[in-house]
Amino acid sequence: MVQVNMETHLLGANELLARRNRQLFKDHKVLVINLMSSPGSGKTTILERTIEALGGQLRLGVIEGDLYTDQDAQRIEKKGVKVIQINTEGACHLDAAMVGKAYGQLPTDKMDLMVIENVGNLVCPAEFDLGEDFTAVVISTTEGNDKLRKYPLIFRQAKAVLLNKMDLLPYTDFNLERFKNDLDQINPSATVFMVSGRTGEGIENWTRWVFEEVKRKNPF
Amino acid sequence: MHELSIMQGVLDIVRDSAVQNGISRINKLKLVIGSLTMIMPDSLRFAFEVLSQDEMFREADLQIEEVPAFIRCHACNSETAQEDAYCFVCSGCGSNQVEVVKGREMYLDYYEGDCV
Ligand SMILES: Nc1nc2c(ncn2[C@@H]2O[C@H](COP(=O)(O)OP(=O)(O)OP(=O)(O)O)[C@@H](O)[C@H]2O)c(=O)[nH]1
Ligand SMILES: [Mg+2]
Ligand SMILES: [Zn+2]
Repeated sequence: MVQVNMETHLLGANELLARRNRQLFKDHKVLVINLMSSPGSGKTTILERTIEALGGQLRLGVIEGDLYTDQDAQRIEKKGVKVIQINTEGACHLDAAMVGKAYGQLPTDKMDLMVIENVGNLVCPAEFDLGEDFTAVVISTTEGNDKLRKYPLIFRQAKAVLLNKMDLLPYTDFNLERFKNDLDQINPSATVFMVSGRTGEGIENWTRWVFEEVKRKNPF
Repeated sequence: MHELSIMQGVLDIVRDSAVQNGISRINKLKLVIGSLTMIMPDSLRFAFEVLSQDEMFREADLQIEEVPAFIRCHACNSETAQEDAYCFVCSGCGSNQVEVVKGREMYLDYYEGDCV
């Protein structure tokens, strides 16, 4: 009998391609954010607001991950930003191969910031590195407090957490105190933004922070 | 999460390697899965049963080592197991300045086989 040592990562192919993407993003001096949330938390709305705020100062690009439609991509295109649509056709997350391919269709050496809107899902996207600089996770006040504890991995890994739909807070049982306590145990170093994609409340704090992150990666 | 396609990937990798090493029958596969991953060992076992029906894998045993989460505390330097997998707080001193040192593993460790 023979024993063969493997030590092979179960998502090894994705890890390899993610490293390749990360190197490309570095070479091309573009900051890449992987934006994630459950379906309907407000990723596209926040992205639209972000484009309105930063479009004049930064060269932007967007990759839109969606199961079947290109509705989100159309919303972004209307804002005058170059966007590539990935239809995962049933797959519940983006992977590094899809992103690498879509990235090649963008003006790669003429971008300062690229945002990848992942498929709405709090489980699988957490395990698939896309090569991004960091992840930002959106949770909305209408989803309830339990999402942090039910899907902690995705929140643990996030550099920024956006609590969206603050305009609806009075109509929900979402508890801000509990949210802060939970996040403090799961990911105390996350930067938190309380925003409303609807009213625009708090968006400026977020976009100013993103702008600083872009400058930190590539001082211009 | 995607246990079926992950297991298919594992079997493909082992099959390729076995062919290269002149091995025609696999006796054992060992995987290591941390508790802080989205992968469920039971689903992997089920996927293995479904997918291991051919000549090469029919006799094979799947062994999964489940690694509990461990955190290292930056405040008091202790290393402790985490019972509540997702409460990243030191059970010694209560600090939340901790680092995950174990629990994120997901890999194929080794396989055993025969050249028949
Ligand atoms: N009241 C309120 N509604 C919001 C806010 N942000 C987004 N919405 C609404 O919530 C719905 C979903 O918003 P989207 O931005 O499409 O959410 P998403 O996360 O991109 O959704 P998927 O891509 O399908 O996962 C839309 O009807 C938005 O108008 C907010 O801050 N307040
Ligand atoms: Mg969307
Ligand atoms: Zn401690």
